[in-house]
Amino acid sequence: MLRSRWWLTCAALWLVGCGGPFPQSTFAPRSDFARATDVLFRDIFWWAAAVFVVVEALLLVALIRFRHREGRAAPKPTHGHTVLEIAWTLAPAVILVFVAVPTVRTIFSTAADEAPPGGLKVEVIGHQWWWEYKYPDLGITTANEMHVPVGKPVQVAITSADVIHSFWAPVLGGKRDAIPGHVNYIAFRADSVGDYSGQCAEFCGASHGNMRLRVLVDRDSAFQVWAEDQKGGPAVPPKSSLAEQGKTVYSRSACIGCHTIQGVSPGIIGPNLTHVGSRTTIAAGLFPNDSAHLARWIADAPSLKPGSLMTRMQPPLTDADIAALVAYLQSLR
Amino acid sequence: MSHATASAAPAAPAAGVRSWLTTTDHKRIGLLYFWTAFGFFLIGGIEALVIRTQLAQPNGHLVGAHTYNELFTMHGTTMIFLALMPLGASFFNYIIPLQIGARDVAFPRLNAFSYWVFLLGGLFLNASWIAGPLFHAPHLSVAPDDGWFGYANLTERQFSPGPNIDFWLLGLQILGISSLAAGFNFIVTILNLRAPGMKMMRLPTFTWMTLVTQFLIITAFPVITVALVFLMFDRFFGTHFYVHEAGATPLLWQHLFWLFGHPEVYILILPAMGIVSEVLPTFSRKPLFGYPVVVYSGILIGFMGWSVWSHHMFAVGLGPIADSVFAATTMLIAVPTGVKIFNWIATLWGGDIRGTTALHFAVGFIAMFIIGGLSGVTHASPPTDLQQTDTYYVVAHIHYVLFGGTIMGLFAGMYYWWPKMSGRLLSEPLGKWHFWLQFVGMNLAFFPMHFIGLLGMPRRIYTYAPELGVGDLNLVSTVGAFLIAVSILVFLFNIWRTGRHGPRASNDPWGGATLEWSIPSPPPVYNFSVIPTVTSRLPRWRTERHGPMADPPAVPPAPIHVPGGSWWPMVAALGLPVMALAPLTHTLWVVFVGAALLLFGIYRWAFEPFEI
Repeated sequence: MLRSRWWLTCAALWLVGCGGPFPQSTFAPRSDFARATDVLFRDIFWWAAAVFVVVEALLLVALIRFRHREGRAAPKPTHGHTVLEIAWTLAPAVILVFVAVPTVRTIFSTAADEAPPGGLKVEVIGHQWWWEYKYPDLGITTANEMHVPVGKPVQVAITSADVIHSFWAPVLGGKRDAIPGHVNYIAFRADSVGDYSGQCAEFCGASHGNMRLRVLVDRDSAFQVWAEDQKGGPAVPPKSSLAEQGKTVYSRSACIGCHTIQGVSPGIIGPNLTHVGSRTTIAAGLFPNDSAHLARWIADAPSLKPGSLMTRMQPPLTDADIAALVAYLQSLR
Repeated sequence: MSHATASAAPAAPAAGVRSWLTTTDHKRIGLLYFWTAFGFFLIGGIEALVIRTQLAQPNGHLVGAHTYNELFTMHGTTMIFLALMPLGASFFNYIIPLQIGARDVAFPRLNAFSYWVFLLGGLFLNASWIAGPLFHAPHLSVAPDDGWFGYANLTERQFSPGPNIDFWLLGLQILGISSLAAGFNFIVTILNLRAPGMKMMRLPTFTWMTLVTQFLIITAFPVITVALVFLMFDRFFGTHFYVHEAGATPLLWQHLFWLFGHPEVYILILPAMGIVSEVLPTFSRKPLFGYPVVVYSGILIGFMGWSVWSHHMFAVGLGPIADSVFAATTMLIAVPTGVKIFNWIATLWGGDIRGTTALHFAVGFIAMFIIGGLSGVTHASPPTDLQQTDTYYVVAHIHYVLFGGTIMGLFAGMYYWWPKMSGRLLSEPLGKWHFWLQFVGMNLAFFPMHFIGLLGMPRRIYTYAPELGVGDLNLVSTVGAFLIAVSILVFLFNIWRTGRHGPRASNDPWGGATLEWSIPSPPPVYNFSVIPTVTSRLPRWRTERHGPMADPPAVPPAPIHVPGGSWWPMVAALGLPVMALAPLTHTLWVVFVGAALLLFGIYRWAFEPFEI
């Protein structure tokens, strides 16, 4: 198994020339779910490779051996051969049994509709073009960056608020579509700590290519700390700081129509900002969460993410207002 | 209207633009299909080159998200509905009557109608590239932008308010009428116009695969028509066929679309399989190995194609039972496909193989289709498909099947039948250049996509992050795409040059076994001076029991009536895009103008005197 992984990776690397790291590689599983599909893929791959070699070799041999030569007698007009026909009907059928049996076994072993006992439940809601995450048992709502503890079973329930999306974090496992009115499940147990990237896989409109996501697999203790922080209310900016001005700007601007900051605004159209300062990226994983990008994003989101529903504010905010807003959002850790 | 009878001297075909516009001759309609479809093939190819240039490196900015989404939507829609299907249709038109020993198709004017509807439907769809100003859109183009698969509910007015999707759903309905009319026409032709003695199990394999294809067309196109009519009602009349909030589900679209979409794959591949089954025997001088098995597996593929649609929907969450069943049916379809491949190799085995360009393309078809088939098995398995679906891995698969398969097969047909269609032999050295450039180009373009997908790049994204690490692979793929473009230019140059200076083709430049090789190249208007009587499956070859049949005399012993042309199929066809303009522009009276045109055309057509 290790050898075949090595072989596949080498083939990929050889093609790339240098290569790596590949943060969304399906060849680098980091959960039981991803491993199960990876093992199955390698099973099927080797069957396919064997068939490929045999059939292409037969084709090549036929072409070389029976190529036209002067003086060759007219070929025998064979019309068929019953035994051969039966043989090459049965051979693929038998090989397919060897593919189908582990396939069905894996379908059932990775079925995720029932929540694993003692596991963490996360709800994923796809939006054009960002991800909302809710932890119903912990009372947490966040966006774009999902935190889960390492080694614990996690069940992800996936749905959509608008069009069809598909939630995919390749190293943790296969994708499932986020469909309005349906709930799909995946379940996995992440086996190593890390910051794993993924993105929407179902075409969902203008900025489908910009709908990225991250899953942060934390040590259990770090996850507990994160969860406690997220459960609390938003940070209160110190008196007469820039951040406090920012809070005032936020409260009198259109921001409140779409965004939630607990105790400040109840909007539900855009991402929950109660702890936005604790996230490492903004705009669904497109940009680092720093002052420069936040300022540009607030000033003109559609220029950074085509079709963004967060339109340019009319009348536009002043640079001072934006600076204050940035300070406020960054203070919301 | 011209009145032509051929007597002692073969009639010179009528010339002039008018004779082409009114033609009902299946051979001319075949050529019209060929050049129109090839034109759309070039447009779809240019779209592909822009897409590949955009993706050559991460964070590409040749085009924006808006244009990119239009490009990939129109690339898929154009290649499937405006290039590959009608290129197949050009061979159905030109070759089928010749292969079955007929003077024309069963309904020549309906055939002309199919062509004009196809042309107008294609122009209607592509008009969206420049129609923006008509709709006060911010861009010049309002081309469809939700993918060739147009998943609801993204296509609902709420999420796609512009005319883009209207162009798409109306254009596809127009094109569906063309396909349906042609489908019925060819079924009737093949079943009823066969020469005496040509029993069903003596039909050439290409004709057989065409027959299966036409049955798939007339059964699959109604399904997508229903889906499109639902969508049209949702967008124009406020119904809620795909709206979850109203108690419906957008998944209905996916079921209907793929219930059409998977048979559509076989509509695209079966004609190419038929061509390969003609080319291999001719150039290995051996009958097709296991003819009945190849025919039966073609029919079986046609039936089984209906039972696998949900394998496009494994990520949708249909549940483990449905996933298992559709995985099993999908894997089963590999069996008759594998049988065909083994029979083709067995046809070559023991033969006297002449490496013509047509044979190169036919063998290229087999070699590449195997790769597409095997990657298909890896996503017939739902758990592994969850890592593959909607990634570049599937883009690789579809192109190994439709480019490595269908297009290679169609080019095999072009090199094989072009002497018959044009009367000129194509240059073999240029043909080999074309083949090798295309073969290397397609593998450079599409093989890396397997890795690009498995390394985590989804499809249909207009840009990607450098961190993904797939920039170099994408660059290789782009180079391959341009190599393919060069190979197509070589092909066009070949056609142009040999059209002027090429050697004349005899009746039978290849030593073919089927009836089309018994008559001049290009054939006279009436095809056969005397309708042949067929006594064997390989009428022009010596078999154990039969000598080769005598070719029909060069001069018809009796006058042959050839019907003249007609304007009315074109007039009737014009009614359809006019009707489609009505919803597009929200102008009711236009629909009556279009309907009047259609009915008037059909009325005059129906009462047109037979002797014209």
